[in-house]
Amino acid sequence: MKKMKLVMVGNGMAGARALEELLKIAPDLYDITVFGAEPHANYNRILLSPVLAGEMTLQDIMLNDEDWYRDNGIKLHLGKKIVRIDRVARKVVAADGTEERYDRLLLSTGSNPFILPVPGKELDGVITYRDIADTEAMIVASGKFRHAVVIGGGLLGLEAANGLRLRGMEVTVVHLMPWLMERQLDKTAADMLQKSLEKKGLRFLLQKETAEIVGRDGRVAAVRFKDGQEIAADLLVMAVGIRPNTDLAQSAGLYCNRGIVVNDTMQTFDPVIYAVGECVAHRGIVYGLVAPLFEMAKVCANHLAQFGIGRYEGSVTSTKLKVTGIDVFSAGNFGGGPDTEEIVLHDSVGGIYKKLLIRDNRIIGSVMYGDTVDGAWFFQLMRDGQSVAEIRDHLMFGQAHLGNAGHQGQNKAAAMSDIMEVCGCNGVAKGSITRAIKEKGLFTLDDVRKHTKASSSCGSCTGLVEQILASTVGGAYTPQATVTKPMCGCTELTHEEVRKAIRAQKLLSIPRVIDALEWHTPNGCASCRPALNFYLIAAWPHQAEDDPQSRFINERAHANIQKDGTYSVVPRMFGGVTTAGELRRIADVVDKYKIPTVKVTGGQRIDLLGVRKEDLPRVWGELDMPSGHAYAKALRTVKTCVGSEWCRFGVQDSTQMGIDLEKAFWKMYAPHKVKMAVSGCPRNCAESGIKDVGVIGVDSGWEIYIGGNGGIKTEVAQFLVKVKTKEEVLEYAGAFIQLYREEARYLDRTVHYIQRVGMDYIRKQLMEDPANRKALYERLIFALQDEKDPWVERIKGSAAHEFEELSI
Amino acid sequence: MNDVSTVAQWRRVCPLSEIPRLGARVVRTAHGNVAVFRNDTDEVFALRDHCPHKGGPLSQGIVFGRHVACPLHNWTIRLEDGKAVAPDEGCAATFPVKVEAGEVYLQI
Ligand SMILES: Cc1cc2nc3c(=O)[nH]c(=O)nc-3n(C[C@H](O)[C@H](O)[C@H](O)COP(=O)(O)OP(=O)(O)OC[C@H]3O[C@@H](n4cnc5c(N)ncnc54)[C@H](O)[C@@H]3O)c2cc1C
Ligand code: SF4
Ligand code: FES
Repeated sequence: MKKMKLVMVGNGMAGARALEELLKIAPDLYDITVFGAEPHANYNRILLSPVLAGEMTLQDIMLNDEDWYRDNGIKLHLGKKIVRIDRVARKVVAADGTEERYDRLLLSTGSNPFILPVPGKELDGVITYRDIADTEAMIVASGKFRHAVVIGGGLLGLEAANGLRLRGMEVTVVHLMPWLMERQLDKTAADMLQKSLEKKGLRFLLQKETAEIVGRDGRVAAVRFKDGQEIAADLLVMAVGIRPNTDLAQSAGLYCNRGIVVNDTMQTFDPVIYAVGECVAHRGIVYGLVAPLFEMAKVCANHLAQFGIGRYEGSVTSTKLKVTGIDVFSAGNFGGGPDTEEIVLHDSVGGIYKKLLIRDNRIIGSVMYGDTVDGAWFFQLMRDGQSVAEIRDHLMFGQAHLGNAGHQGQNKAAAMSDIMEVCGCNGVAKGSITRAIKEKGLFTLDDVRKHTKASSSCGSCTGLVEQILASTVGGAYTPQATVTKPMCGCTELTHEEVRKAIRAQKLLSIPRVIDALEWHTPNGCASCRPALNFYLIAAWPHQAEDDPQSRFINERAHANIQKDGTYSVVPRMFGGVTTAGELRRIADVVDKYKIPTVKVTGGQRIDLLGVRKEDLPRVWGELDMPSGHAYAKALRTVKTCVGSEWCRFGVQDSTQMGIDLEKAFWKMYAPHKVKMAVSGCPRNCAESGIKDVGVIGVDSGWEIYIGGNGGIKTEVAQFLVKVKTKEEVLEYAGAFIQLYREEARYLDRTVHYIQRVGMDYIRKQLMEDPANRKALYERLIFALQDEKDPWVERIKGSAAHEFEELSI
Repeated sequence: MNDVSTVAQWRRVCPLSEIPRLGARVVRTAHGNVAVFRNDTDEVFALRDHCPHKGGPLSQGIVFGRHVACPLHNWTIRLEDGKAVAPDEGCAATFPVKVEAGEVYLQI
């Protein structure tokens, strides 16, 4: 079959990203032709500022060079401006007469800098700041002239001014408004910013309106203001805003208002013509930052690839000024109103200012100056619309103060030297991260994870990595969307949407899901398959098909794989209680199978480490103890103290309660491992405060805590309820766990789940609606009914092939 | 005359049906362990059972399409040529493998 023809007009950041995404998912669908008016291939426009400042070279900022187009079979026309679209003949025509036919057309013509309509605007030395040519003109001028004036005290103007200053010019920034970056900063932050820039040698004239540009011999010589004042200028940079480049689209009769109007699938009013980037108006909004443009590019590619699932629904953006040594961050609404509350921290001597705006317990905006480490985190909370009610009192002190044992945010990214380690798990230093970001043109946390491995293991350095990303690429960095993020590259659907579909359409096997929900891949990937397997079993217990090939090896072999490929075996000891007989059998097995290490674990059980895979079924058989599920995303231990039975302080029999809980819920699979503990009195020797479910005996009954976590990020469990009887403990604990099983994303611990839905929601589900609580509990009991002990099954010979090696 | 010992030979491994779809079996050989994979279209592949990253047993990973994800740190390795999928770099040795009359043969 003949390939369809795709033509792209405008070879900037948004368009090229759309092509990259398209080639990733449908490399063979189109013959692609690209027209770019600039003589350069695709480069990183936002890094023009570091180039101007002399911190990077043009070579450093290429994203896709000409080879990339050639390697991907794309016909590239550089320096050719398209002047006409013939929608009837479906072709485009360039200024030099070149023509190209299309089946699909993609417009990504970006925007044009706005030029003040004042006399003298045509003079030599009056320029805008948009592309490589402008940047080069400024660099040349800085070598020849002395006085620069930048009109416009926004992001772009300040970056231009800073660059020119670093190149040795005397720079004055002229701004119409009463303070700088008024669209992103409040007055306090802007004043602090202005002071630091003044320290760098910049001068400011605020509330000044330009009346005329005065020339001499055809070149700019001075700027005159409405109030009559005049200042010298040999170079005048206008950075007063941009206007979407819609001329071409308009002349072709495509509907435009502020930009080229597109729908949620990035189609213009002519459905074979798509548009992305700064040139479009989506739901009435024109975006001028890269992050939303990349989201558009992704959706557009998805539709061009004929998957037709993704939708672009608008973006929330954040801003970061790329002036080395100055940290400014802003996002969302910072003006406030009658229904908003402000939290402000202002240390004018220390040069730190932070303001958060909150409405209905959710962050709706933030402005930060001086210390922006938590910018990414606040932005994330804001985008996700997450409730901050419970962390409100320490919100301002940042993520590092939320009981984090890792090193997230403890160091300021900016203060770190290149050799300092950012990611402890993978041994990645700051320098490697910044290098990868620059050399490979990375914008998202995911990209950085893929290329450097930083933040890809335990995640405790995520904040720091985002910080480095933000300070390297400015507002262009794309924070991870935790709400709308698709499950993985195989689908556009989120975890929630997939779970809903599994329930609504009664899907009972992975192939059915992949088929019904139109996965892009024939059999998913190592990230979605284990999740799907769990979602199926959780939604349809006893009915859905469990697929061992979609379980991680630990659950397939029912033992924990260790670094050398051997396994560890942890038999279950309910409530931590064992007997001489069991200990004797353990000792015998250790001798017989020459198991190198025996260790008591943190969860008060015995771990046999270094067992060869082929020995596993026999080891289990001879132990004759139930599976401890120490390998699984399942209920692990119920830790107990000795309680009232032995302890002189104990007021409740915690050991028995632990045994009861463990007997009720063992064999239970979950989105992640689940740990419980029961203490006999508030002295809490079993450490119930950092467990997924912690129970503490008090005189009059039991207190139940949920969502604790002793892992990477220590989280203290939150109080849920106080009850009287053992039956109630089982019911509340079980109902909570079932809620988590039904609603959490795979690999979320309970704390992550609670953070997402909010403690209020959990209380509503469990306390305000006893019928719902009972129903949840009953669904859990039903799911666990007749669930087999996997070890017993394997001893009997099931899945024998898994454990036998072949030889030839 | 051929020096028989240097000529690789096809050796029978097992019936195809004994390798699970989207799974693998470990074959012990004189040259170390080899992982023989079968995907959902019944293609078979053989790789040294040793991840180029830190030596993880690839046979224990999750198989999808023509890939396997290493069970230790989740690198993705291509089954056809043993290469790690970008941006990771590295390679696991491959061995010729074929299916004839429902039996899997490995050349080694
Ligand atoms: C100096 C500077 C710093 C910036 N810093 C940041 C930042 O820190 N963070 C951030 O998020 N954003 C920043 N931006 C904004 C960001 O660069 C833009 O939002 C982004 O580049 C827009 O992408 P686009 O593809 O829509 O347009 P562009 O990248 O402008 O690409 C459009 C291309 O189309 C070409 N073109 C137009 N018409 C035609 C035609 N008829 N035929 C052929 N070709 C045509 C143009 O020549 C241009 O190359 C910065 C911008 C500048 C200039
Ligand atoms: S928690 Fe209380 S009952 Fe349990 S061992 Fe400690 S002091 Fe004794
Ligand atoms: S050993 Fe295979 S990914 Fe690390």
